[in-house]
Amino acid sequence: MRRFACLAAILCLAGPARAELAVNLAYLRIDVPAPPVLSNLDPVPGDLGLAGAEAGLADNRTTGRFLGQDYTLEAITLGAGTDPLPAARDALARSRFLVLDAPVATLQAIADLPEARDAILFNVSSGAETLRSEGCRANLFHTLPSDAMRADALMQFLTVRRWTDLALIAGTHERDLALAEALRVSATKFGLKLRGEKSWVFDADMRRNAAQEVPLFTQDLPAHDVLLIADETGDFSRYIPFNTWEPRPVAGSEGLRPVAWSRVVEQWGAAQLQSRFRKHAGRDMRPEDYAAWAAVRTIGEAVTRTGSTDPALLRNYILSPEFELAGFKGRPMSFRDWNGQMRQPIPLVQETAVVAMAPFEWFLHPQNDLDTLGLDRPESTCTRFKPES
Amino acid sequence: MLRPALIAFLLATPAAADEIWVTNEKDDTISVIDIDTLEVTRTIPTGQRPRGITFSKDFSKLYVCASDSNAVEVIDPESGRVLHDLPSGEDPEQFALHPDDRHLYIANEDDAITTVVDTETRRVVAQIGVGVEPEGMAVSPDGRIAITTSETTNMAHWIDTETHELFANTLVDSRPRHAEFVRDGTELWVSAEIGGTITVFDVATQAEKGKIRFAIRGVHDDLIQPVGFRLSADGKTAFVALGPANHVAVVDTESYEVEEYILVGRRVWHLEFNGDKSLLFTTNGVSGDVTVIDVARREALKTIKVGRFPWGAAYRPTGS
Repeated sequence: MRRFACLAAILCLAGPARAELAVNLAYLRIDVPAPPVLSNLDPVPGDLGLAGAEAGLADNRTTGRFLGQDYTLEAITLGAGTDPLPAARDALARSRFLVLDAPVATLQAIADLPEARDAILFNVSSGAETLRSEGCRANLFHTLPSDAMRADALMQFLTVRRWTDLALIAGTHERDLALAEALRVSATKFGLKLRGEKSWVFDADMRRNAAQEVPLFTQDLPAHDVLLIADETGDFSRYIPFNTWEPRPVAGSEGLRPVAWSRVVEQWGAAQLQSRFRKHAGRDMRPEDYAAWAAVRTIGEAVTRTGSTDPALLRNYILSPEFELAGFKGRPMSFRDWNGQMRQPIPLVQETAVVAMAPFEWFLHPQNDLDTLGLDRPESTCTRFKPES
Repeated sequence: MLRPALIAFLLATPAAADEIWVTNEKDDTISVIDIDTLEVTRTIPTGQRPRGITFSKDFSKLYVCASDSNAVEVIDPESGRVLHDLPSGEDPEQFALHPDDRHLYIANEDDAITTVVDTETRRVVAQIGVGVEPEGMAVSPDGRIAITTSETTNMAHWIDTETHELFANTLVDSRPRHAEFVRDGTELWVSAEIGGTITVFDVATQAEKGKIRFAIRGVHDDLIQPVGFRLSADGKTAFVALGPANHVAVVDTESYEVEEYILVGRRVWHLEFNGDKSLLFTTNGVSGDVTVIDVARREALKTIKVGRFPWGAAYRPTGS
């Protein structure tokens, strides 16, 4: 046993007794009030996103314990009316790693701060295309899938099923319009036909009227196999299924939903992440939680593998082929070096089960078939992300 | 499901040949395969979500991790009855029996803990904090080192079995699943499911000395996910289950090079030999069957239907 004793002594020096690396992360959230919705059944949790970051922190800390790495997370929430830049500057003075839950313009403004120049920022709240294309930033990564990735996941599924004729109902909020546009572009990309569209502008209380109104509302849609719904705030879409004029499946924001994460994901070891999260937060893990978890774990994984906290070195490592994040979706996740988007499979879920997992094997790609989802290298007009290219 | 009368008949009949016992994770049963006939002769009910499975040295007792029952069940192999439970900590997934035939080292997947249980006193001897989602467990042939691998922390944790303390933590690739001491305990092999590799450590120094990589024509790299592995009788060849790649790799243990790939059932996870290691049995989770491989010819011989999601397998000689 002498050998062990010696080893133990050596490892004590490098071990948990002394933190060699301190990694401070900050979670900055702009509290934008959600628009009113018809039903109160599913309130947005107050710790949406943050709870995911905390779960990621706990995972990092457990690993860090064995390597002499100590992780901390500072949570900052700002009201929608306050100027976020002073708080962001303040956070950047203490942390080089920011996890951001904020609107598009705020994400860009924070990324443009001189203090953020060599920091690593994660967008965990916005699927907006512009952030992955012309409006991208060199220091801004995205762990939430873009609207285009979700739309492509759904269109691949519809193609596989040969449900080729589509109709669309879209809400009027900015995010509804963005998803509707992503669905249109994606339908074209995969050669599906969008036969008709309607905008949801009702102001009646659908909890009482859906059975009377929705059949009439959908009666004049052209013939279709599947009815798509873009209702990202969850306002009216829950009243559509089974009330359509024709008996048709519903997909998009309701029915069959392409999401980053859902409580029904249970394969690939996901059950363990779900139960860790549930223990921590007392609720199910949502897509925004998953994105924040992945952001914090990305930093943890990069620090663990490189033994460094230098943001420039970590950025290079995260974008290198060596980087892999085990994300409980069956295959390693990595980042696109043309716009900082995290590559990930997209589960297509219904209320009680995963229906299928995109990408599907029939959609080929010369490098990585995960890049059949969302903006591929030639499609993205992002030029700032990779300065040398 | 077997009818009670049939079960009684089968239980009353002395076992005719050596057996392979397979845990069915989503059926809460064990399928017992007769090695002579290559057919399932018994189906034994277990606790919830049976995964890790191993026999005591004299094969008089069977230990099964009933993960969702939060217990290790001790089963009489003759009658198939559960004799008693062992305290195991929460969500036991895999375990390894110490060469002393008495202590079980159990990975508690939900709790980031390794639990050491004395199977005689039925008491927990120690609990050791390890990384997130511990899974693979191994004990060295000399009994001095136990290994736990943690799936999310991506480490092999080296435990001194005398003090029950960690004396080293070594990084491996993403999602380590299975660990085993090979070459008389001089090497430790750890498979990484998402990393797609096996890392070979020199046990004396805990330093990495090699890496085994896999590539199958027509199968995307991401789907090559090594999990369980076993070494041939002469120690020269390793058989590695590659998960959703649906193949078993045959690896030269000197050069760490892959010699060939054998097509088996879907999502192959663990493997077990018969007594003279001429046959290899693989658990194929998604297709719900076991592939029998002729080791010398490196060919699949037969597929045997078992329960839903077969997970682990253990060999039992019957002395006949």
